[in-house]
Amino acid sequence: MYQKMLVPVDLAHVDKLEKVIQTATDLAKHYKAEISILGVSTNTPSSVAHSPKEFEQKLDAFAKELASKHGVSTKAVAHISHDPAVDLSKELVAKADELGVDVIVMASHVPGVADHIFSSHGGYVASHSELSVFLVR
Amino acid sequence: MGSEADTGIESPDGAANPIDTEYQIGQDNIQKEIGPFGLDVHNPVFLISGLAIVAFVFLTLAFQESVGPMFNDLRGWLTSTFDWFFLSVANVFVVLCLFLIVSPLGRVRLGGADATPDYSYAGWFAMLFAAGMGIGLMFYGVSEPISHFSSSIGGVAFGDDGMRTDWAPLGAAAGDADAAFDLGMAATIFHWGLHPWAIYATVALALALFSFNKGLPLTIRSIFYPIFGERVWGWTGHIIDILAVFATLFGLATSLGFGAEQANAGLEYLFGIPVSDGSKVVLIVAITGVALVSVLAGLDAGVKRLSEINMVLAAILLLFVVLVGPTMDIITGFFTSLVSYVEYLPALSNPVGREDANFSQGWTSFYWAWWISWSPFVGMFIARVSRGRTVREFITCVLIIPSLVCVLWMTAFGGTAVHMVSEGVSAIAEAGLPIKLFTMLDQLPMQAITSFVGIVLVIVFFVTSSDSGSLVIDTITAGGKVDAPVPQRVFWCTFEGLVAIALLLGGGLGSLQAMAVSTGFPFAIVLLFACYSIIQGLRSEPKAVGAGSEATND
Repeated sequence: MYQKMLVPVDLAHVDKLEKVIQTATDLAKHYKAEISILGVSTNTPSSVAHSPKEFEQKLDAFAKELASKHGVSTKAVAHISHDPAVDLSKELVAKADELGVDVIVMASHVPGVADHIFSSHGGYVASHSELSVFLVR
Repeated sequence: MGSEADTGIESPDGAANPIDTEYQIGQDNIQKEIGPFGLDVHNPVFLISGLAIVAFVFLTLAFQESVGPMFNDLRGWLTSTFDWFFLSVANVFVVLCLFLIVSPLGRVRLGGADATPDYSYAGWFAMLFAAGMGIGLMFYGVSEPISHFSSSIGGVAFGDDGMRTDWAPLGAAAGDADAAFDLGMAATIFHWGLHPWAIYATVALALALFSFNKGLPLTIRSIFYPIFGERVWGWTGHIIDILAVFATLFGLATSLGFGAEQANAGLEYLFGIPVSDGSKVVLIVAITGVALVSVLAGLDAGVKRLSEINMVLAAILLLFVVLVGPTMDIITGFFTSLVSYVEYLPALSNPVGREDANFSQGWTSFYWAWWISWSPFVGMFIARVSRGRTVREFITCVLIIPSLVCVLWMTAFGGTAVHMVSEGVSAIAEAGLPIKLFTMLDQLPMQAITSFVGIVLVIVFFVTSSDSGSLVIDTITAGGKVDAPVPQRVFWCTFEGLVAIALLLGGGLGSLQAMAVSTGFPFAIVLLFACYSIIQGLRSEPKAVGAGSEATND
């Protein structure tokens, strides 16, 4: 039913991603779907990476580790945002369309992804994307 | 680079030489959930600067009688005693920037050899202009050439003590209208040309280099890593950052307060809206409100879009004045002003042995202190949007092009106004500073439309200052994180508006502005160190010219 799955992750809070990763890999194995691991970072140095290139490398490593650990096929997609504090949700929706995925599995209420008051990112994506969205709470 | 990738160690796009430090960005931050609000701020920079600003505002309001004169005296003392220092420092920045354009170091690319620019030339240029001096051009574009022209043509005057009492630059040009015009334009362009932009370019370049190439957080302290080493993450760095927040917030709040007074005067002139505390407060609230919307819309949809709109409006207004005004005079004036600027530049920038103390201390030294106190804010904003440019390209676009635009602007607005004044339109000379622009536009056709465009420009320039300022303060107080929760920006933006209102109603705008300008002195010293850091930092970078080029580590 699903061929391509999008899983946005926040590398600053990898420890809190366990549940969403478990859900995503189980679903992916069931449907034999490929997982696109989407990470969003900035051009300026952050706690995760000092440069976009380093961020890409870390995301790539994260995706590869996932693939070997859970036996699924993964692909790392790094996206650089000018102003993620404001634009993140919108960019997630746009990126999902651009990649041509058919389902989004994402965590909601993980700090850094959902601790902005104006809407939780998961909530925004669920109500603005035309795709099926699985929010892991 | 291959071996680095294997060990997982960072490499910016293409070759670069990052600084190796144990410091983790955000390690000193407090992250909390307070009700629905997320919080991610640097401890102690956020708390100390926030509390100290509140304390300063209260003290200023409570002890107006003594605090006001004290800060004014402090500013006066600094700009007159250390005029040689301010003038020399600014010259150092200009020389450094010009040197970097021609030196091989200019080939270093910000963000690493293969980095690509984030913004198109138009968007980039619009943002650096809006943050840099948009608002000043609106107010001083007409008034400053007139001031210098009048004082120059008035000639030199001496007081009883043998000191010069006139405010003319250099040796003045008594009675000679053409010479006074040239001298007046040269002096104005001097204050708005290479020197201020060199100050901004130096700070911006240092920040961009240490953040994008060296991997340090985007805050002022990072510039000083080559000098203080790991100590920049401790109190040395806290103090630098707190000082930067201070200068930025008070600079913004006081110019917002004065800006409201000036916009109010303009609105009264145009639409008869009375000048009162009530209308000023409404203006501040409205400007802050629009700034809040812009802050919530983010960098691209907010600041960038507003800056572009303003750029187009300003270009239309400029084109209109050029076409409808004395077109040939302006075109030839552009070149003659440029020539007289170059001709008078050595004398005007000479830091010692000046005979025109009133001019060099009261105007030049004051301006330099002012630009320097604004430089952390403008520099940081320019840095944030400049990734992917080479150093040469960066300095050409931040130093040379804005300077030329200023020459054109000053010639079109100031030159035209000076011609009008010497042809007997005394209204412009007599009008107060805020409405000089409008009295000049009155002399041209379609003044209702152009004046309206003028007032919109003034207000939108304030909005762009306010929201880009909030972004900058938020980043500094979040320890260099640009993705801190949005409510923090809302907080700083609102805080600026409140400080401005408190100072406007309670008095003290002047004294706190004097204090903001006074911070220019410590910053001038600090920025000299930054020059050293830039050279050190650039020398350790591999040089490369274009994306995809093979970088050599020579």
